[in-house]
Amino acid sequence: MDGETPPRTLFEKIWSRHRVKEREDGQTLLYVDRHLMHEGAAAAFDALARRGLKPRAPDRTFTVPDHYVPTDTRRVAEIADERRRGLVETLAQNSAEHGIRHFGLGGPHQGIVHIIGPETGLSQPGLLMVCGDSHTSTHGAVGALAFGIGSTEVTHVLATQTLWQRKPKTLRIAVDGALAEGVTAKDLILAIIARIGAAGATGHAIEYAGSAVRALSMEGRLTLCNMSIEAGGRAGMVAPDDATYAYLAGREYSPKGPEWDRALARWRALPTDDGAAFDREVLLDAAAVAPMVTWGTSPEDALPITGAVPDPVAAPDAEGRAAMARTLDYMGLRPGTLLEEVAVERVFIGSCTNSRIEDLRGAAAVARGRKVAEGVRAWVVPGSEPVKRQAEAEGLHEVFRGAGFEWREPGCSMCVGTNGDIAAPGVRVASTSNRNFMGRQGPGARTHLLSPAMAAAAAVTGRLTDVRRLLAGRA
Amino acid sequence: MEPFRRLEAVAVPLPEPNIDTDRIIPARFLSRLRSVDHAPFLFHDARRLPGSGDEDPAFPLNRPEWRGARVVVAGRNFACGSSREAAVWALHDHGIRCAIAPSFGDIFRNNAMKNGLLPVALPAEAVADLLAQLEARPGAAVAVDLPAQTVTFPGGATHRFDIDPFDKHCLLEGLDELAYTLSLSDEIAAFERRMGRENAPG
Repeated sequence: MDGETPPRTLFEKIWSRHRVKEREDGQTLLYVDRHLMHEGAAAAFDALARRGLKPRAPDRTFTVPDHYVPTDTRRVAEIADERRRGLVETLAQNSAEHGIRHFGLGGPHQGIVHIIGPETGLSQPGLLMVCGDSHTSTHGAVGALAFGIGSTEVTHVLATQTLWQRKPKTLRIAVDGALAEGVTAKDLILAIIARIGAAGATGHAIEYAGSAVRALSMEGRLTLCNMSIEAGGRAGMVAPDDATYAYLAGREYSPKGPEWDRALARWRALPTDDGAAFDREVLLDAAAVAPMVTWGTSPEDALPITGAVPDPVAAPDAEGRAAMARTLDYMGLRPGTLLEEVAVERVFIGSCTNSRIEDLRGAAAVARGRKVAEGVRAWVVPGSEPVKRQAEAEGLHEVFRGAGFEWREPGCSMCVGTNGDIAAPGVRVASTSNRNFMGRQGPGARTHLLSPAMAAAAAVTGRLTDVRRLLAGRA
Repeated sequence: MEPFRRLEAVAVPLPEPNIDTDRIIPARFLSRLRSVDHAPFLFHDARRLPGSGDEDPAFPLNRPEWRGARVVVAGRNFACGSSREAAVWALHDHGIRCAIAPSFGDIFRNNAMKNGLLPVALPAEAVADLLAQLEARPGAAVAVDLPAQTVTFPGGATHRFDIDPFDKHCLLEGLDELAYTLSLSDEIAAFERRMGRENAPG
């Protein structure tokens, strides 16, 4: 780079490196380095075949079943539902037919697509990655530009390895200071969404920066970037640094030997240059973030656990009051009720947001030596086979089982319920997943989003609980 | 893709912010091929009463005046959340060809364009005005003119909207983006040669 080059953002560097063609009307054809697919992509493979096309770059395409896999068995033949079994089988068949690497059910690598990308080293700084899933923003935590796409776009990427995009705007969210004890990346992203709103980042690629973000582990950064879409963001990214390189070193798809050195030189040039301009900036004080929990049916409906269910009377207009009243009716909550008084019936620790080893350690630290409350059914669903093996090597499964949690097999499970893991109508769930939408965890199910440690706290008390009280004296 | 030019049709008001794609089509109806009729899944749970599964007569799409609506008008951040293109397919198969809101989920907006469904973003005050007109006159129609980039409300006011020129061109012509990109295959190959092994999987 010469001295004349204007300072550029991380986003701008990756975007411009992947431009195949630019149209005068502002659309850009971008090259896709990694295309991740799950079994929900059956319609895209079907559309490709109908046009007589084949994947252009099967070596850049990777498949894994996660949305429809059972969490009580690893055997495809034991999937009772014919349609779900068919989707898992079809993905394996399509992968074999086209020479695509498939991380199959029952194999040692299977897991949630956004867990295994970073875990295998497929996700790397500077890459452009897509997947037919809105939580693809997760991979931005390693310094990649990664975003979710629809089925027609998946077919387009399979056929051409490219995608037409209009350049999003850039939003820098800087979080300075230190997160307090008991406050995690999940609490931080819920606080960000509560602050900017569920459409606060629409049309923008987010870069998370500041000392509190730098201090996060890679796993914390993955949680942060994962929920960018819940703020409407097209993508979420964190500039790569030594923590990124240490995380990636030695992973299956990470560069090795001289290739590693060359990659490292490229990666070190990626972070946003001093003086580069963003379209918008938002500043947050990390020390002010408390453990968070949602009370409503949008992720923006998040409050510190010390708060109370809001009153529709406080909404700014009639439409807002009506919407909030409908939300509280669906959630079965009364205005003014302290969040800590809300009783839960189920607890779900899992999902691409919070099912990595550090998440499970955080939950186990709370569960250790305690018992799941009477009448509560609590699940732990590790994000991948490697996460499960690691947790078992550390004895975490025994901690959970000893406390009365169910220790299950990897997959998306109760985050989206497409495999049949759902809650009954009216049942209240404390969930480490990413969406509290109406019906998300089953028709009529009521979801409260929170961190893994907060979920474990809810499991052992039977209520939404400020985990800081349970951590006191345990440090 | 089916082209979109002009449409004068009944518009149904859904006066809520953040209507997510899980609500438009619950996850248990996903991963069916495009050839399957997705209309029965549209707002499947939202339009039914809890418990019995009977239609909720109060849900706008169940009201006789709005059953045949071909335009939906909603609050901010319409169709946010999941990338499921089946949300567009369900709207499309029900007959909806245009969605009007102050803002949309980015992925939905892209998906809609690729299925001949026009997303129209108007200022929040204009959408609030339109919602009020539709609720005051159930069954009233709006006129959408893509070449002119205008929407005319039942009361007669006309609002201009913005659209990406490439998206407009594709919608007007019913253009198949994939066929166009396939014609650029040499340029893609040249890019691949230029990049060499950089960023290729190890």
